[in-house]
Amino acid sequence: MQTGSPVPTALPLRPPAHRVDPRAVGWWRLRGLAGAAAVALPQLVVVIVLGGPSWLVGTLIATVVAGLAYAAVVPRILFRIHRWEITDEAVYTLSGWLVREWRIAPISRVQTVDTEHGPLQQLLGLASVTVTTASARGPVTIRGLATADAAELARQLTETTQAAHGDAT
Amino acid sequence: MLVVAPARALIRLVPVLVVLLITGRSDDPIRLWISVGITALVVLAGVVRWRTTQYRITPERVELHSGWVRRQRRSVPRDRIRTVDLTATPLHRLFRLNVVVVRAAGTGTEHRHGGLELDAVGAAEGDSLRAELLDRVEVAPPRVGGDAPVAPHLPAPSLASDPSDTAATPDGSAPPDGSAQTAAVGPPGPGAATGTVGTGAPAAREPVARRSAPSTVELARLHWSWVRFAPLTFSALAGVGAIAAAAFNLLNELGLSPRRIGVEAAAERLARTPLWAAIGLVGAVLLLVAVVGSVVLFVERWWGYRLTRESQDGARWGRLQVRRGLLTTRSLSVAEDRIRGVAVHEPLLLRAGRGAQARVLSTGLGRDAQGGALQPPAPRAEAHRVAAAALARLHPDVRPDPTRTPLTRHPPAATRRRFTRALVPAGLLLVATVVAGEVWPALGWLWPVALFLVPLAALLALDRARALGHALSPVYLVSRLGGLSRRTVALQRSGVIGWRVRQSPFQRRAGVVTLEAVTAAGQGGYPVLDIAPGTAVALIDKVSPGLTSSGVPLEEPSEI
Repeated sequence: MQTGSPVPTALPLRPPAHRVDPRAVGWWRLRGLAGAAAVALPQLVVVIVLGGPSWLVGTLIATVVAGLAYAAVVPRILFRIHRWEITDEAVYTLSGWLVREWRIAPISRVQTVDTEHGPLQQLLGLASVTVTTASARGPVTIRGLATADAAELARQLTETTQAAHGDAT
Repeated sequence: MLVVAPARALIRLVPVLVVLLITGRSDDPIRLWISVGITALVVLAGVVRWRTTQYRITPERVELHSGWVRRQRRSVPRDRIRTVDLTATPLHRLFRLNVVVVRAAGTGTEHRHGGLELDAVGAAEGDSLRAELLDRVEVAPPRVGGDAPVAPHLPAPSLASDPSDTAATPDGSAPPDGSAQTAAVGPPGPGAATGTVGTGAPAAREPVARRSAPSTVELARLHWSWVRFAPLTFSALAGVGAIAAAAFNLLNELGLSPRRIGVEAAAERLARTPLWAAIGLVGAVLLLVAVVGSVVLFVERWWGYRLTRESQDGARWGRLQVRRGLLTTRSLSVAEDRIRGVAVHEPLLLRAGRGAQARVLSTGLGRDAQGGALQPPAPRAEAHRVAAAALARLHPDVRPDPTRTPLTRHPPAATRRRFTRALVPAGLLLVATVVAGEVWPALGWLWPVALFLVPLAALLALDRARALGHALSPVYLVSRLGGLSRRTVALQRSGVIGWRVRQSPFQRRAGVVTLEAVTAAGQGGYPVLDIAPGTAVALIDKVSPGLTSSGVPLEEPSEI
């Protein structure tokens, strides 16, 4: 996000204050590799067992190379971009890699706060916090937080939102 | 309910019986026995369902208990109820029943179908349920959910009277805890009273005086000239398909092969005529069927259409009510304080006929296409008028009509992006078809078709670009987009409960973003396509001032 240019192409908002946990890089990397493996393995099986066509060997190599390249490059970019912040007024996140997305949910409209640990995340001691509002389009998810931070964040958010009245629609 | 489900099954059996009567024997006895068996099962299941389904309304919740093998308990907190929908198929009407669908505000991910369906309750009961669930009286009396057997000779309940709206049972049949009382859903036929409520309606009616008759204001009613818009709607075309399928099914059930009624002979004769005549004839027939079918559907759907606002004396908010339907009557009620905005939809065909349709954005209304339709397809001015009328009570002094607010055009990059997004795929398709034609000469006819698509894509892009616009009135965030299905949305600023800003790599190069206002109503989010990043932030700043002043500071303030 470069700013200061006369015509800002990114959003002229200060990016959220906090980065996610550095271990999230490892998590994204593992996820990328797992995804690539899920695509590559069936091809490998076909090539080995059935002696598949030669172009399949080509796609297999391409899949492996693309997966490794993604794991090497993209998680670092993701880590640079992903940010979050909770203020007195709002939950504010920035995420995405190619398509960037800023999400703002006013604290007064927050309905539920969920903490989630996927299997890979548990392995690395990470957690995701999802903040839901009354809209189906509104959930704001902060991924790749350290478990303790996530718990503290959820506690703090729950406390704040309990103070708010009304049904937040 | 006891009657309706089995009756439905019996009706399905009718074609088989007809065949039996006509031919004197069934050429397929197994089919007959299967049908009889299924019907018996359905009747049995209906009885079990009726015996095991109960609902009750407590001061806090509406609960529905159902199921025998798999017991289900669903409940909806009353303060989350947003809309109450009454539907009656012809069968339901025969027995003076209604299906009451109670929809609650969902939290998006959690309760996808946040609501209850009470199938079926008595017509009078349905009306009073609606009045009770939507008009949130400060202290709701514990209510007797039951039923109220409407004596068969009573006149159909009008909106003004709620004969079964009892505050409490006088005969003391309330359960010991006094909080609520359960009753079987569905007024049973005569003689099968649930026994929880005395049938002495007059005595029970006494305590009702605390609720006066609602005052009703009519906002719109049907003009038969609007039938001209019927063939211009896509749902009409879909309906024609449904009719054709039903007709085919019926022929099939009756054991009539299309051959026997001369379709084949007609097809042969058609094959001998010149190609252009055949195409013209088939086209004309299809068009005729589509027009007639859509008009029939229009009449079925919108017969007796009325849009009214009803309010209790002293209550701050009333409710909007849409009543319609010839065979299947539908009645949708939306609590006025749950309205978050309106949308005027103008699909391409309808727009070509200078028509439009207004829809209400309310929390609790689903995302489905028909959700919240306030009117049949109508003249454009009428659509804007109804949209404004629906909001009139919420913001009486807003001028002009929210959906007719003059809009700010989007930057030139937005127009360019419409053209690239339409022309690049069309161009790629053209290249692909040309290449395919070179490689396989048999596909040589494809590329002229693709070439024909290019100017169409350009026209569509132009149309889409001209649609783009947004405006911020003191009360509403108004945005318009779309070519094939254009819509103008006026969303209350106070109904915006969050923001999403997206920027793809292409948008980054063009220097624009897509801003989506998140809301609990309608589709959940309404985008403003391709605006300058500064404009997006300024919009966020103006609609939700708290966010950017203390929460998310602006780096450089900009003007809208």
